[in-house]
Amino acid sequence: MPLDDGYPLTEDDLLPLSIGAALLGTGGGGNPYLGMLRAREVLRAGATMRILPLDVLPDEAWIGRVGSIGAPLIGIERFAEGRECLRAMRAIEAAEGVAMSALIAAEIGGANALQPIITAAQAGLPVLDGDGMGRAFPEVQMSTFAIYGEATRLSALSDAAGNVVLFRDIADPLSLERLLRGTTVLMGAGAGAAGMPLAMDFVRRTAVPGTVGQAIDIGRTVLDARRRRQDVVDRVIERTGGRLFFTGRIRDVKREITGGFVRGHAMIEGAGDWTGSEARIAIQNENLVLWIDGVPVAMVPDLIMNMELETGEPLTTDMLRYGHRVAVIGMPAHPLLTTEVALKVVGPACFGFDDLTWRPLATG
Amino acid sequence: MIRIGIDVGGTNTDAALLDGDRVVAGVKQPTTGDVTSGVVNALRALLDRSGVAPDAIDAVMIGTTHFTNAVVERQGLAPTAAVRLGLPSTASLPPMVDWPDDLRAAIGGRAFLAHGGREFDGRPISPLDPEELRRIAGEIAAEGLRSVAVSAVFSPVSADDERQAAEILSEALPGIPLTLSSEIGQLGLLERENAAIMNACLREMSGRVVEAFRAAVAETGIGGRVFLTRNDGTLMDADLAARFPVLTFASGPTNSMRGAAFLSGLRDAIVLDIGGTTSDLGMIVGGFPRQAPLAVEVGGVRTNFRMPEVFSVGLGGGSILREGPDGPVAGPRTVGYRLTAEARVFGGDTLTATDIAVAAGIAQLGDPARVADLPPALVDGALAHVRATLARGIDRARLSPAPLPVIVVGGGSILAAGMEGPDGAAIVIPPHHAVANAVGAAIATVSGEVDTVVSLAGADRDAALHAARRQAVEAALAAGAAPASVEIVDVEDVPLTYLPGNATRIRVRAIGVLDAAG
Repeated sequence: MPLDDGYPLTEDDLLPLSIGAALLGTGGGGNPYLGMLRAREVLRAGATMRILPLDVLPDEAWIGRVGSIGAPLIGIERFAEGRECLRAMRAIEAAEGVAMSALIAAEIGGANALQPIITAAQAGLPVLDGDGMGRAFPEVQMSTFAIYGEATRLSALSDAAGNVVLFRDIADPLSLERLLRGTTVLMGAGAGAAGMPLAMDFVRRTAVPGTVGQAIDIGRTVLDARRRRQDVVDRVIERTGGRLFFTGRIRDVKREITGGFVRGHAMIEGAGDWTGSEARIAIQNENLVLWIDGVPVAMVPDLIMNMELETGEPLTTDMLRYGHRVAVIGMPAHPLLTTEVALKVVGPACFGFDDLTWRPLATG
Repeated sequence: MIRIGIDVGGTNTDAALLDGDRVVAGVKQPTTGDVTSGVVNALRALLDRSGVAPDAIDAVMIGTTHFTNAVVERQGLAPTAAVRLGLPSTASLPPMVDWPDDLRAAIGGRAFLAHGGREFDGRPISPLDPEELRRIAGEIAAEGLRSVAVSAVFSPVSADDERQAAEILSEALPGIPLTLSSEIGQLGLLERENAAIMNACLREMSGRVVEAFRAAVAETGIGGRVFLTRNDGTLMDADLAARFPVLTFASGPTNSMRGAAFLSGLRDAIVLDIGGTTSDLGMIVGGFPRQAPLAVEVGGVRTNFRMPEVFSVGLGGGSILREGPDGPVAGPRTVGYRLTAEARVFGGDTLTATDIAVAAGIAQLGDPARVADLPPALVDGALAHVRATLARGIDRARLSPAPLPVIVVGGGSILAAGMEGPDGAAIVIPPHHAVANAVGAAIATVSGEVDTVVSLAGADRDAALHAARRQAVEAALAAGAAPASVEIVDVEDVPLTYLPGNATRIRVRAIGVLDAAG
């Protein structure tokens, strides 16, 4: 197969992809398990899935973005009809008079990594190997597409019954956010969404590249290490170039919900090389900042990931419980997320940590 | 109140008799293939040993692995239909979508999607369609499916659709057992539906098994009430158990840990249950097993039951001794239930962990002369390996460096005799340790639970919480709790992210002791 056709996704890729996506979710982004099952159903029904590198399509090709939005609880109770995102995307194509050439994920971390792959397969389109975060963030404006100037005047939502609502001539991102939320609640607090088409040359400049392949690679590493009964955490660190920052047992987890977000802290009592030390992780859906003995050692936009020490299972922030044995891994964010303009949107100050200044993650 | 607890395991049937809070006697008998005779033998032996008359027994509590094993072994399962109400939603993930192929095949794997179900706030997704359900009933009859599970989206919030659909289906399919997901599980459609389908495929078998338990109890002249123990250490009466066999899953480890807490008088401890093949480790907090935080799989299927967090190490009383790279090691191969025939001290030819314990002088069992010739270096080396393996397991089970005491129970408890716990932790081998699981069954409580979503403005939340607490208490009373003993043990009030306003998921659980008057 010629290189510029990318590569097909098979059923065997889906579990690794969901494991990698969960880990890149840095504690948030939702559980990709159900998305993986949906993708498997779509494949078993005969669809094909293809992943395309960012350098293949011409500059003027249109790239679509889709995702599920709503409360996580709705996702585990009222499953999708299946074509919500496809309908929303078609509505965008009709409104703009364009046809999409491929889709791209806004967020590789967590549950929404799978949705563009499902919708693309239904539409017979490929998915680009990249995304707008290289991880998960709690808010839509925290994607590289938004940071580097995507337009937000248009969006569409669809529900299970087939209703499609098109939002056009939207004045600003805040209005869009408000309208999407309100309508989503009317749709039962869960819906399929599609955003403005992006031109391929813009995507090439602004997407975090290679993240679909990266997620699959991480997942394969986890599964392979388990099969060989090797240390999963070691293997993942070796493979990703991340760094082990701490190991220990969770001593306390405090959570509160404000403004629709889960905020809180996890305290970890050191074990092994860190016996006698204590780590603290600040949480807002995702892991935001890691302190060891009071010193900040990793912070957004860099990735802070918790894995269960023995199984290597990625732990989302809602899974953290007293007594969990965890390894805390740090991985540097993509340079697109650490520019001066990006740090104004995804740096520590944007999450209320005005006293912290982002410095490149020590990976040695 | 005089109670008997029975634990019917794959190998042994254990029984214990309690008068109030005092354990009067305990016995261990081999489990038999026909269910009844093993239970009858255990009950007779227990009555003999305790000298208590059968008609003095108020209640018999039975813990069983029958139903878990049936699913794990894919044996004796009824061809089952899964009917889900939720169209047009949920079509992307049909029922049983994540089941292992062989289990799905074993029950016929027939899933039907129909209209109905609710949104989070209780409004209908689509109206229930009686015609559609009658058509489905026709297919179920034509295909010879013998049990039906009905699930509806958000049925923990509103169970009306499941009930209405059940009425229509039972009218069209007289006599067919129906399992409603709202009667079994919590929010999380896939896991709740999975549990309902597993329950449905066990319904034919559960009627027979529960009847056999009842017959066994009656045969011994005991007139007391018969209960089965649930996954969370609470009871359901025999009629309810016949309808909800799935709720017995994982009752074994729960009973063993609750029994260990009761026998030792400890509330916070590590529990080490040493059997013939493996040792199970878990933790009790405040006298109750610490629950597993993640989704629990049974026979390869995800469920959201409350189950104790337990892990196993491959070492038990029947573990076979072999030469490892660094000296003698025991396990993971085992003589299992043939221990009393194959172990050296019992006249057999296989050297097991039990033989080592006898040779080392930490246990008095069988004929010590048969292991007197073992070289001391071998005995010391093997015993060191056994103790190191158990110590590693204990360390892994702990949540903090604090040296929590370790309660050792189970038939293989002798392996831990004379052992020093890691970091100086006390090793406690309580009286009646070999039948801790039967004791745990005998002391099981009764419970009531509510799990719902309310969408209300601020001031109404207190009222909603209050109503949920009342419902939980009522459910516990309906399950047979003594009114004065009922207490709320768990209140979870979790605001739902993303939704504006005050949509809140409320979970309340009440427990109480069994009412002697019942």
